[in-house]
Amino acid sequence: MISGVIFASIAVYSWKLLGYLIPARYITASRRQLAERVTVSLLAALVVLQGFALQNSIVLDARAASLAVAAALLALRVPYILVVLAGALTAAGLRALGL
Amino acid sequence: MTKQVISTSVSVGIATGLYGISFGAIGAAAGLSVPAVMLLSLLMFSGASQFAFVGVIAAGGAPITAISSAWLLGVRNSFYAIRLSPVIGPRGLWRLLAAQLTIDESNAVSAAQEQPKDQKLGFWLTGVAVFIFWNSATLLGAIGGNLLGSVETWGLDGAAAAAFLGLLWPRLRGSIWLAVAGASVALIAIPFTPAGVPVLLAAAIALLPFGGKK
Repeated sequence: MISGVIFASIAVYSWKLLGYLIPARYITASRRQLAERVTVSLLAALVVLQGFALQNSIVLDARAASLAVAAALLALRVPYILVVLAGALTAAGLRALGL
Repeated sequence: MTKQVISTSVSVGIATGLYGISFGAIGAAAGLSVPAVMLLSLLMFSGASQFAFVGVIAAGGAPITAISSAWLLGVRNSFYAIRLSPVIGPRGLWRLLAAQLTIDESNAVSAAQEQPKDQKLGFWLTGVAVFIFWNSATLLGAIGGNLLGSVETWGLDGAAAAAFLGLLWPRLRGSIWLAVAGASVALIAIPFTPAGVPVLLAAAIALLPFGGKK
């Protein structure tokens, strides 16, 4: 697994370095927009996976409540770190209550 | 306004540090060794990519799927680097170091400053602060997570879900349908595809010309 970690790290680092190496004229608006689209779509998928997936099934458990609380706090412009903490407290609290 | 840049950088560092504890614990719970979890934070050093990597491994996905998910999520760092390059103008080895510190947080703090001097300072200070706090926190989480027991008891899986939503939220304006499409594709694919593949399919959806910013 260590080699997988190193390989993935190099892959991620290559994006970072690439941005410092390519001349500005190659950066078109459409490429910039495509990168933003990939990010949005991936993050949305990760929300679903982290919130509702259990191996190969879809479940509704305490994590769904974490997401609901997080969405409400984000809409109220609560700082990111508090949103993350509230996500943990919600899931931990519900499970402590045996739900 | 240099003082304000310093305080912003340090508080962003502390905030991501708290979140890093979650990452360390979730990584350890996914079955990765403490050194492997630490290498992710030290070498990959990009929160969303790290969580994606660990998430795929935890779900029993193949390493290649974990690597692809992490890699695809890293693409936005390229665009931060393009923005930052003229601002901080790194040369030689500094460029290699600047690249490693190019993440959501360092770019955001830099972009929020008005003076070029503060933009440069904001990038370096935030990058270094996040690096220090994120890695210390990962170590705490990876070791502590093993001692404290399950990720579920502490709600760390709920924290990770909330964290992804928090990263997505500011990007939703004008892209809500794209997000809905990505989420739907992942939801539909979960029962039918190996772990990690739903995320890659969602990435493919982004290539189709619909529902995004014009």
